[in-house]
Amino acid sequence: MDESEVEAPKAKPRPIVRLGIFLISHSLLFSVFCCTAGLLTLLLLPLLAKNTYISENALMPGSANPMLSSQEVSEANRLVKSLTSLDLQPKGSGIESQRLIAEFMSNLGAEVNYQKFYPRSNQFHPLHFFSYPDSGTTWVNVSCSSHGVNTIGIIRAPRGDGKEAIVLVTPYNPLKIGPGEALSLGITYSVFSLLTQVTWLAKDIIWLVVDSRYGEYAAVDAWLRDYHMPVFSGLGSVNAETCYGSNVQNEPKENLLTERKIHDGFRRAGTMAAALVIKVADRSEHFEDSLSIYAEASNGQMPNLDLINIVNYLAVHRQGLRVKVEKIWSLLNCKWLLILGEILESLGHVARSLNPQWKFGIPAADYVEGIATLASSLYYQALGVPTGPHGAFRDYQVDAITLEISSRVALNNKAKRNDFLLRGGWLIEGVVRTVNNLLEKFHQSFFLYLLTSPSKFVSVGVYMIAFALLVAPLPMVAASLYAEAHNVDPSSGKEKSTPSVRTTDELGITLTSCKWLNAAKIVFVVHLWGAVVSLLPYFICQIPSCTPTTRFGIWVLLSIFSLLILYLILGSPFSHVNASQPRKRDWVLLKSVTISVAFIGLCLMSVINFATAEIGALLMVPMCLMAQPLKLDVKSRSLRSFSRLVCNLALGFIAFPPVTFFVLKGVFEGFGGIAVGDFWNWLESIWEWSSATYLYLGMVYLPCWVLCIQVLCHRC
Amino acid sequence: MARLPRWTLPLFLVLLFQLLFSSGSVLRESDEEEFSEELLLRPLPDRKVLAHFHFESRAPPSLADSYGRHHHLFPKAIAQLVQKFRVKEMELSFTQGRWNYERWGGFDPISSKNAKPPGVELWAVFDVPQNQVDVYWKNLTHSLSGLFCASINFLESSTTYSAPQWSFHPSSGSLRYGTLPREAVCTENLTPWLKLLPCRDKAGLSTLMDRPSIYKGFYHSQRLHLTSGGLESGIILGQTLTVVLQPTSQRASGTSSGANLQPSWSLSSVFGRKVTTRCVLAKSSNVYLQLERGLVTELENLQKENPISGAVFMDSEELRSNPGFELSVKPDWAFKEVNSLHSKGLSVLYEYSMAKYNDSEPFDLTLTWKSPVVWSCPQAPLHASRFLMGSGNERGAIAISLISTGLKENFMGANFVEDRSKLEVDIFQVVPWYIKVYFHTLRVFVDGKPQALADVVEKMRVSPSEDKVSPGVMELLLKFPCDVESATLTLEFDKGFLHIDEYPPDANQGFDIPSAVISFPYFHESVYYLQDNSLNKAPMLSKFQDKSPVRSYTEVLLVPLTTPDFSMPYNVITITCTVFALYFGSLLNVLRRRVGEEERFLKNKAAKRGGRLPQLLSKLYAKLRGKEWESSPSSSVLSSLVNTKLILKVILVAGIAIVWQFYSK
Repeated sequence: MDESEVEAPKAKPRPIVRLGIFLISHSLLFSVFCCTAGLLTLLLLPLLAKNTYISENALMPGSANPMLSSQEVSEANRLVKSLTSLDLQPKGSGIESQRLIAEFMSNLGAEVNYQKFYPRSNQFHPLHFFSYPDSGTTWVNVSCSSHGVNTIGIIRAPRGDGKEAIVLVTPYNPLKIGPGEALSLGITYSVFSLLTQVTWLAKDIIWLVVDSRYGEYAAVDAWLRDYHMPVFSGLGSVNAETCYGSNVQNEPKENLLTERKIHDGFRRAGTMAAALVIKVADRSEHFEDSLSIYAEASNGQMPNLDLINIVNYLAVHRQGLRVKVEKIWSLLNCKWLLILGEILESLGHVARSLNPQWKFGIPAADYVEGIATLASSLYYQALGVPTGPHGAFRDYQVDAITLEISSRVALNNKAKRNDFLLRGGWLIEGVVRTVNNLLEKFHQSFFLYLLTSPSKFVSVGVYMIAFALLVAPLPMVAASLYAEAHNVDPSSGKEKSTPSVRTTDELGITLTSCKWLNAAKIVFVVHLWGAVVSLLPYFICQIPSCTPTTRFGIWVLLSIFSLLILYLILGSPFSHVNASQPRKRDWVLLKSVTISVAFIGLCLMSVINFATAEIGALLMVPMCLMAQPLKLDVKSRSLRSFSRLVCNLALGFIAFPPVTFFVLKGVFEGFGGIAVGDFWNWLESIWEWSSATYLYLGMVYLPCWVLCIQVLCHRC
Repeated sequence: MARLPRWTLPLFLVLLFQLLFSSGSVLRESDEEEFSEELLLRPLPDRKVLAHFHFESRAPPSLADSYGRHHHLFPKAIAQLVQKFRVKEMELSFTQGRWNYERWGGFDPISSKNAKPPGVELWAVFDVPQNQVDVYWKNLTHSLSGLFCASINFLESSTTYSAPQWSFHPSSGSLRYGTLPREAVCTENLTPWLKLLPCRDKAGLSTLMDRPSIYKGFYHSQRLHLTSGGLESGIILGQTLTVVLQPTSQRASGTSSGANLQPSWSLSSVFGRKVTTRCVLAKSSNVYLQLERGLVTELENLQKENPISGAVFMDSEELRSNPGFELSVKPDWAFKEVNSLHSKGLSVLYEYSMAKYNDSEPFDLTLTWKSPVVWSCPQAPLHASRFLMGSGNERGAIAISLISTGLKENFMGANFVEDRSKLEVDIFQVVPWYIKVYFHTLRVFVDGKPQALADVVEKMRVSPSEDKVSPGVMELLLKFPCDVESATLTLEFDKGFLHIDEYPPDANQGFDIPSAVISFPYFHESVYYLQDNSLNKAPMLSKFQDKSPVRSYTEVLLVPLTTPDFSMPYNVITITCTVFALYFGSLLNVLRRRVGEEERFLKNKAAKRGGRLPQLLSKLYAKLRGKEWESSPSSSVLSSLVNTKLILKVILVAGIAIVWQFYSK
């Protein structure tokens, strides 16, 4: 931009350059405008949300009447009863209930097999962060007692070619079968028994009864790993065979027919088209029969929107269930949100009175609910931790959701239970039938979206705007700071690119570029430190028997220590001696480089996990843009500088990751039960799920915060 | 007893034909065109019934000039096909559903010959020089496509067919093999197939083919097999239809003992029809009921428990008294399997001749089970299944797993050619070119231990795929120890990219890898039945005696490939055009511009004080701002002026638009 200016002053530069220069010279105004607009757009998202629609024509949800009849339901009821009666008996291994389920399955004519697995110990492997751990190495102390057994039943579509399959998953704990788990097994069994008789089946049906005693996700994941990446040569599996074989031999062979049909070999059906995890909520404090949908998988990946649409459509329009998606409840009582919603509503009324076609107003209550749902949608996507066992499917590019059905009444009565089973069964049957209609895989609808209600979504094209607006000032401000640092001249002040500067001292230019390099070095060192900090938990985990609090303490100490060491080795900005040049403007360059790096980091993160980048930008952008040495503000003693001082201090405090965590936790869950170890636990859960958010926190966010603090503390 | 009328009628017919078309040919049976129809019924262990229709037409070896022009029974279309395309042997099958090798057996003539991969499979051997085979194949596919109303013509493209050398069929060189796994099969394929029969479905056993009931089944395979021995033996056309049907029965409720009773069925309950007349043109018209070895063994065990003796159900009395099942119609004849290796538990075949039934007395066989019987079908030595490994759009692996069926008697009972200590397995796998298989990654695990290829692979032929030209073909002859429990082969592949116009419709479903063919060269599935009169050799039973290796097909696999967003071309065109416009625009701008000239022009312009309107406006602006108007405004003022003008214009337009919008409504 300087180059264009030094040409003949009369010749007008190109319009795009002029625009750039204009924006850079008004970067303060521009950044204030953009940040406000970004925040506003985020708040306006519930208004901009569109109603969902079934995008794929082949699905045709609800076009067939449900075929599930009371006969299947009474059979299912029998299973539920025998499971609950089995649960009452004191038994050890829980193998009886699995045998019972397998027997029920094979009586239907399904192919049944068991799958043994060992719980994977979740360990932090910094080098295999995104790669799947090698299943051969994860068998930690294999003992016969500690395995789980999944039961798998497969119906082959009578006239299908067996290339595709639909998976139904019911997690249950064989050691202690809750009433909800038994009911979910019952619902799935009724659908399964219907599907063995129907002629319209085009895809195979896999019913995966998951042994959830080591966690639902782990069991589903173990099955999927065996399905997609079997190990043909391994001692672990051979060991498991022998263990299990002895178990089986002890059982009396009651039913020859059943025994013959249950093979040990791992059975497969083709490529999975979709997976449904079916659960029944144990307690119900709601006034209606409701259905909760959980969709978020690891790293904010979502299933195709069509899958959610089908479930929502069938549940609402066919079964009359109330569909819920998760929301942050504490936001519902927010006064300011309600006021904002009312303002927007009245704005909508005004707009409608101007032109009846402008319909952007929604009721204030809907707005608040939309915001609460949107916030939870953003939060769970940003966290990068799957919200249920369906997350394991997404790792293999299978669309999956968890459905949790809850009943309004207690299901002790047989008639009520039958009714509940029938309704749940109809819903599942409808979903299976709809997915069965699908010729191609799910690809028509959106994969990148945020939900504002079960039937409303914000697509990527809309929610990108908020992020883009938030992030846009960063390069502008960085450029303007850079230009400012280059042309700093007490006489010219803000006026930049006067030709005199260039002509007067060549030396100054070289020196500023040196300073630029120095600033870049500092930023690099801090980011290196960020990488070290994110690697530290690996070593801390090796320390045995530690409470989370002490681990957290060790981590903080080690982080500070490593920061000091890095500064000692690579040179601290404070010890940097440059006698000839005044040091007071150094911070400008440092801030400029920090902002550029933050911009790059945010943009990269928005590609990996948009929600993380969005939430990160909300914190990082104001912090980066506001940062200014405190001493300058203290010196100037005006109201403006005082308010900036306060803002800077508050932002610097709040944006420190642990503080942010505790503040958010306190706001949403109350400040009562906050322990220091919570933060460690939270981080541990993030890295266990190998969420990219962890990397973002360590490599982008924390260094950026440290650099901002450094700018704040700059001596000038 | 009942065999006499069955025999006289065809003879009579033959005589009649001789009289009618007295061409003066030698009165030899083999010189005449023949047609026979047979139906084999077999109860299956999982409560289903297998029905296997077999129609065979024979044309005598070329009878001088009348051949090809004039046929009495033999379909002319097929004869012309054979003559024109010099087909030595050909097989075409249309299949819907999958054969369940575990439950329905994999070691008998029916499963080995009639269990076919889903969709269309076609192979043909030509009697032409090597370099012309491809041309003949292409023509044949088009003819068959027209004949059977199917998209067999897609097999014309060289990417879809292959030429196996030894693993599929012994004839070398002139064999071509192709499959269409996605071809849907329906009645429009059955109708032309029925047209090849002399009685179509108007009379005879084919009247049983009630379309809804035969397409409702669990497996439906319609096959056409053609053998032409050239001048010596004429043409033999075998048409088979194999269906697996579920007899309608009330569903078993609960696990009580009654639930294990097999459902009883009859012809009318399975097909919804009865056999009323035989096809009068047929030399023989028989219905068979086959009881498998496993079933017979179980029944014999039941018999032993009962006091009444008699092990085999050859006699009508034994049949009536047997505790396992009951037949509504007394069979005309019963055959017993001849096998030198087995002494007991040999399969039994009951024969019913259709000659004595007519409209008033239709044939309706009913099989009623009296006590629960559980048996299993004979299995091939190894059960083959194939699956994909890995996830993602980049690479993956194909795994073929062979698991021992665990039935040692199979090994003993197999018709071993000689005493071998090794189990040999032939694998024939065709992979489309867009699945780029790396054959060097072939790994074999036997019983969970990796094996060196040289130890296991006896013979191997690989022809790598060539992009958009030919598929990859792998033929393997593996040798395993006899006591092998499981063996697995894995092959890694990369997923290729297709050109946008090469994607088929519904590309997002994924792409098929055709079934692999697994055969066991030293296991023959032939079954001999003790027939008293060698003259009366039923074509189906003689087919059963053919010594051909046991063969099974694996599943079809679906590989999801990266598919472009098909609206993408539009976006790409738009973006490319924009980029090009920007590039060429700026290039032209740079080339066209002369900086010195422009400066002079600007100076001139400044001297002339610009145009009229800007001057006035700038004067006005200056007055508005209450400043002295400068005659030569600086560039900055000018630019800000332009900006204000622009903003004013925009605001004006927006205002007009809002007002217009507001008042127009």
